[in-house]
Amino acid sequence: MTCEWREKVERYADLELGESELAQMEEHFRTCPECAATAMRELQMKRQVSAAAAQAFTPSAEFRIRIENKIGKRRTRSSRFLKFGLAGAMIALTIFGTALWMRQANSQDVLAEAIDLHVSALASTTPVDVVSTDRHTVKPWFEGKLPFTFSLPELQGSEFHLAGGRMAYVDQSPGAQLIFGIRKHQISVFIFQDRESFHSLGERTRTTQKLEFNLETWSGRGLRYVVISDAGPADVAALSQLLRDASL
Amino acid sequence: MPLLAPLYNFAHWLAGNREEAEDLVQETYVKALKGFSSFTPGTNFRAWMYRILRNTFLTSRTGLKESVSLDDEKHPVPDPVAEGDPESLLVARAGQEQIQWALKQLPVQHREVILLCDVEEMSYKDIAELLGTPPGTVMSRLSRARKAMRELLSEKSRGAGLGANR
Repeated sequence: MTCEWREKVERYADLELGESELAQMEEHFRTCPECAATAMRELQMKRQVSAAAAQAFTPSAEFRIRIENKIGKRRTRSSRFLKFGLAGAMIALTIFGTALWMRQANSQDVLAEAIDLHVSALASTTPVDVVSTDRHTVKPWFEGKLPFTFSLPELQGSEFHLAGGRMAYVDQSPGAQLIFGIRKHQISVFIFQDRESFHSLGERTRTTQKLEFNLETWSGRGLRYVVISDAGPADVAALSQLLRDASL
Repeated sequence: MPLLAPLYNFAHWLAGNREEAEDLVQETYVKALKGFSSFTPGTNFRAWMYRILRNTFLTSRTGLKESVSLDDEKHPVPDPVAEGDPESLLVARAGQEQIQWALKQLPVQHREVILLCDVEEMSYKDIAELLGTPPGTVMSRLSRARKAMRELLSEKSRGAGLGANR
């Protein structure tokens, strides 16, 4: 007889169960080794497919150049394309790269540019320069690269996990970009030395939504934190609180 | 150019060769530029680009040839493979080349749904919007596609599928 939960196993492996169903399913695994094993096999197949297919074909250098030239020419005639939302941000990044950070920005610009950096990191084939789920590996990686240090929270017992980190730049000054995961979402945490261009954001915790991204920003002990994700505001707030608690 | 590498990879999986994949990606960017007013800020930009690419593929010569309607919806949705099932054991032992071979054998509707879910890690909702189908259809198509892939790997390991290799 097939267990009544079996039909949900595939959705479990695809991270499609809601929070309560997910909790029930994980509880069920404790008493049903068959379902647990089936879930493992579904996850294993997904991993194998991803490993075999994700980078099976890569564009040639000639093709990259051809596309850059073709789209670049059109882009100059299509300023409208640059003005809108996420795609605008992504294309603008292609043109200007991190040079965007070099201009002084008001608070909206700072947050918009945080979105740009978040999106470009996730769209990159190498979203993180240091790949580790261990904060004791990620934090030391920044030593010597940043003129400041910061604390990372203990994530055990929370739903969050650390994916890694990379360098980010604003006003030609280096900062840390840490990438965390929660369920299917990724969260960027930017940490920079506080400076004049950030003052318009205020010192107190501020939450906002922009282009469907949820953001939380605050400053403390001379550092400016910006947390950004397409995850829900509660997740962004929860990770922000963990970071604030860690820096006390 | 953000998304170039994953879009190209997806295009190659759909079209099956470099020339057509390059044409598809180029046309996708051109169409995205031309039709940017149809993009709703705040919605999923990545899924929007994949949708353009897929629609471009469906109207291409290879796309028209490959996308003959799949009446798999008439067949029952298979149960997830149970522990100890010989097919699942074969999948566990399959190497990258075998997985790639099996993916290529699948009808394009099965191949794309597996790629969008397992490689692009899109949600059922995003895939449903991209394919223009209800989320329930995405779920059932995924189940059938995965079952078909297991069966292909199983056949190949018995030597029966070698003749279909391309």
